[in-house]
Amino acid sequence: MEILRPATLAEALEMKSDRPEAVPIAGGTDLMVELNSGRRRPAAIIDLGRLEELRRWGREDGWVFLGAGMTYARVVREMAEFAPLAQASRAVGSPQIRSRGTVGGNLGTASPAGDALGPLAAYDAEILLARSGGRTRRMPWDAFLTGPKKTAIAPDELIVGARWRPTRGPGSFSKVGPRNAMVIAVASLCLVVDEERRAVRLSMGSVGPTVLRAPRAEELAASALAEAGAWDDPAAPVPGAAVEEFGALAAAASSPIDDLRGSAAYRRHVCAVLARRALAWALADRRSGAASGVEGC
Amino acid sequence: MLIRAKVNGEWRTADVWPGASLLHMLREHLGLPGSKNACEQGECGSCSVWLDGEVVCACLVLAAQAHEREVRTVEGLADEEGLHPVQEAFLEAGAVQCGFCTPGLVVAATDLLARNPRPDEAEIREALSGNLCRCTGYAKILDAVRLAAERMRPEVG
Repeated sequence: MEILRPATLAEALEMKSDRPEAVPIAGGTDLMVELNSGRRRPAAIIDLGRLEELRRWGREDGWVFLGAGMTYARVVREMAEFAPLAQASRAVGSPQIRSRGTVGGNLGTASPAGDALGPLAAYDAEILLARSGGRTRRMPWDAFLTGPKKTAIAPDELIVGARWRPTRGPGSFSKVGPRNAMVIAVASLCLVVDEERRAVRLSMGSVGPTVLRAPRAEELAASALAEAGAWDDPAAPVPGAAVEEFGALAAAASSPIDDLRGSAAYRRHVCAVLARRALAWALADRRSGAASGVEGC
Repeated sequence: MLIRAKVNGEWRTADVWPGASLLHMLREHLGLPGSKNACEQGECGSCSVWLDGEVVCACLVLAAQAHEREVRTVEGLADEEGLHPVQEAFLEAGAVQCGFCTPGLVVAATDLLARNPRPDEAEIREALSGNLCRCTGYAKILDAVRLAAERMRPEVG
């Protein structure tokens, strides 16, 4: 086994081009489990942990850029304004895992349970990929995530990060599992309200082959707010029946399986409950924010 | 491959298999068996160490990733003066049963109190959430952390 240790992104891309079989490692929280157990013996590993280019985030030309090497601990500390992403990051593993695990790792592993993937889906994020020679491409999150543990990345590419258009409005991430730590989600849900576009976006994890969006639920919520006049007046009450229906449509959009962590029926039920709660929280945040200014996502 | 890291303040070198974890390097090459080897998948926290000041599971760090970096292990807590106050508190509170999880918990608790000298109950539980005690001695472990926090708190006024 050979360990490649690039010092810059350009060097890493060159190495990946020469050795497309080299397996990237960043935080190691996924790959090391497979190495330790002997399940995987890659011919080469490329350590991305020293690439400063990937360990940053910021606002650029109306986008938020999140480098693939950002750890969950740093997202929690530095990106609180993006509440759903920060909440999802805090729900990852334990403090030890959050010190090391990266958003790029969630993308590369592409588990349907990846906690950061729900917020990226709800943000309509684009994934940035690069290969040597300065060639980069961007693709929507749903073109990148093609199946359970499958992505559209080419063997000579590396994940640089994700970017999205920041939105104004409330949002949340919630997750169900047997404990409050070290849990692979039985189901997770992320809701983002986009006040400018008057849209509601809903994604769900662990209930399908990839993280999923629930377009019919999103449309119903947006029109329910419109009919109630709540887009203009956050204090205007939205009928409880609409919140119920929102939950039912979220459950209908899920496509879960039975496995060790939970049954499909339970997961569908969780989707409905979390969706109703998330919408109710968002409506409450909008009502209280009417006076104090609504936080961003 | 040759790995050089500053371990508990001292530069050390080890010749490890390239796929080895930092935990393996510490225990099998550097004679530091304080960090325990159990789950090898980041679930139990018994291998908790500091890497460049952050608490991590040493089993999930490739030894090569610690090259030219700073590692602090549970062995680095006590000094000539004696045990670290967190270690003292674990002894006094009876927070040690079989003792296997103790080094990891001591590291996690020490890290918490360095960042947050007055943690509330929820903060203590969150900070220790990555460490499992199979003897289920959690009540005494929480007592130990509260006791250590009290003792280590800077004098006021």
